[in-house]
Amino acid sequence: MAALEELEREYEKAKRDRKFQARLEQLLRTYAGRPTPLFFARRLTEKLGGAKIYLKREDLLHTGAHKINNCLGQGLLVERMGKHRVIAETGAGQHGVATATVCALLGFECVVYMGTEDMRRQELNVFRMRLLGAEVRGVESGSRTLKDAINEAMRDWVTNVRTTHYLLGSVLGAHPYPTMVRDFHRVIGREARAQILQAEGKLPAAIIACVGGGSNSIGIFYDFLKDKKVQLIGVEAGGRGEALGDHAARFRGGSPGVLQGTYSYVLQDSGGQIALTHSISAGLDYPSIGPEHAALRDSGRAEYVPASDAEALEATTLLARTEGIIPALESAHAVAEVLKLAPTMKKSEVVIVNVSGRGDKDIGIMRENLRID
Amino acid sequence: MPLTFYRKPGLVVYVTCGDPDLDTTREIVLATIEAGADVIELGVPFSDPVADGPVIQRASERALKRETSLGQVLTLAAEVRQHAQSTGLIVFSYLNPILRMGMDKFCKVARAAGVDGALITDLPVEEAGEYLRAMRAHDLAPVFLAAPTSPDERLKRIAAASRGFVYAVSRTGVTGARHQLADDARKLVRRLRRVTKLPIALGFGISTAEQFAEVGEFADAVVVGSSIVETVERNRGREAAAVGEFVRELSAVSPQMSAHSR
Repeated sequence: MAALEELEREYEKAKRDRKFQARLEQLLRTYAGRPTPLFFARRLTEKLGGAKIYLKREDLLHTGAHKINNCLGQGLLVERMGKHRVIAETGAGQHGVATATVCALLGFECVVYMGTEDMRRQELNVFRMRLLGAEVRGVESGSRTLKDAINEAMRDWVTNVRTTHYLLGSVLGAHPYPTMVRDFHRVIGREARAQILQAEGKLPAAIIACVGGGSNSIGIFYDFLKDKKVQLIGVEAGGRGEALGDHAARFRGGSPGVLQGTYSYVLQDSGGQIALTHSISAGLDYPSIGPEHAALRDSGRAEYVPASDAEALEATTLLARTEGIIPALESAHAVAEVLKLAPTMKKSEVVIVNVSGRGDKDIGIMRENLRID
Repeated sequence: MPLTFYRKPGLVVYVTCGDPDLDTTREIVLATIEAGADVIELGVPFSDPVADGPVIQRASERALKRETSLGQVLTLAAEVRQHAQSTGLIVFSYLNPILRMGMDKFCKVARAAGVDGALITDLPVEEAGEYLRAMRAHDLAPVFLAAPTSPDERLKRIAAASRGFVYAVSRTGVTGARHQLADDARKLVRRLRRVTKLPIALGFGISTAEQFAEVGEFADAVVVGSSIVETVERNRGREAAAVGEFVRELSAVSPQMSAHSR
């Protein structure tokens, strides 16, 4: 608790510190590559015959996904707090890579915990982290995926809390993480809102984003929350079926529970044991969901739908061939939803899809699952 | 039955229920009581034991493979209570299984089973409002963990909410036997004494008679967990006997012991 309170205090101070904000903004711009473009997907729009589709290109950010927004923010906080050791959990590896990147940039020792199942399916990222100087520790317990990596990272943190900062990668965990991580990703929606107003002179009818822990989605949703006519759609991992253990759709079959310091919707069994989950995309393969998403869903402000493994794979190929963009399998879930939604919308309407990451890390999985002639 | 330490220092023993199975756990618990334990912490296995090291992680996995549940642990508590009238029984669990059962239902069933209190590993005192109300309504003692990194203000809050005893964690980290007791331990107990009159039990990492005696000098009770669980793991087929021997060896250096009825 003391570490969480210290973190909250430092974060609140940094929020009000103009020099901190200026330095973060400068790094986001000159190092990470912000602002990211909002791209009009003309061919995809024509193909679907409905709403105009715009793609928010977080995949063009340095390291290949939105994760670095949060890593830069927390990295600067670590500097402020005078700590020198950073640990992180990672699912698909993108957060691990972004953390290793920022640690190399700022000069911190870096240890990343990753489930051994995830290490196998996201090999490229494991190599990248090690090349960047991070130690990657495989986690063998439980399902050997994201939640188990988080358990191990938390164990390290409570043991080394005096010297170490836990750079959590999504809007999960105990306070202040869900709020802080969301704040660091708000830039996505802030940019998109200004960009769409400039491009179309009006707000979108809908925004679609994939939801694992929920960082890229809350990042793009947040600045549109007050625009009540903008529909917010989060896409969860529908996996390979509806039975518990075959998917990671928390709002389909999950119920309120406490996991890893957060009270939110959790996929669990009747005894309160946390369920195993499945998704072809490592980054969505998590049994709980950011509490802010739970609140948005319960209030009706946002809705959450699943997309299956098969639909995500299909969407990947379609986007690659229609717009020349290979999305990460996580982001492909959002694309899968726009394929269903856009044709039902008017041609005068606009929909924005958050492409949260690029698909290079998933080449291995795509090769296993797609027949490319 | 109020939580009482008859020995000095008192002995609190943690076991993971269901490892290797519930019948064996019952035998282990009874052997431990026979060997002089004042309080038993009945550990409920959880899928994501974030505060536990590898020994208790493994035990939890084994217990979960047999589908050991919170309900079964409460039934076990009732069975133990039939044989041991004066031993303190605490349910030691992560929050989610209890939430799933329902806070009130849990307290009701626990009380009826003869349980004295509970310790919820991942429920900080700041979030414990509903829990404290339910526990008080059913005359159960809420036990909380105090860490070396807790500032004085927080120790005060923890002490105020606690009943029965305060569980002082000897060092930053997760459960697991260690060779040396850290300096953190004495300091923490000293700071706690300034804010509570409740007995203070110290745990995490205690596995030898020397450590037991050392802790006994400044704490009111000693908690042993991982070393018990490891003894169970290493003595297949004679778990209860092995644990009984281990507990007797561990607490042999204890200076005072008064007779108590069973």
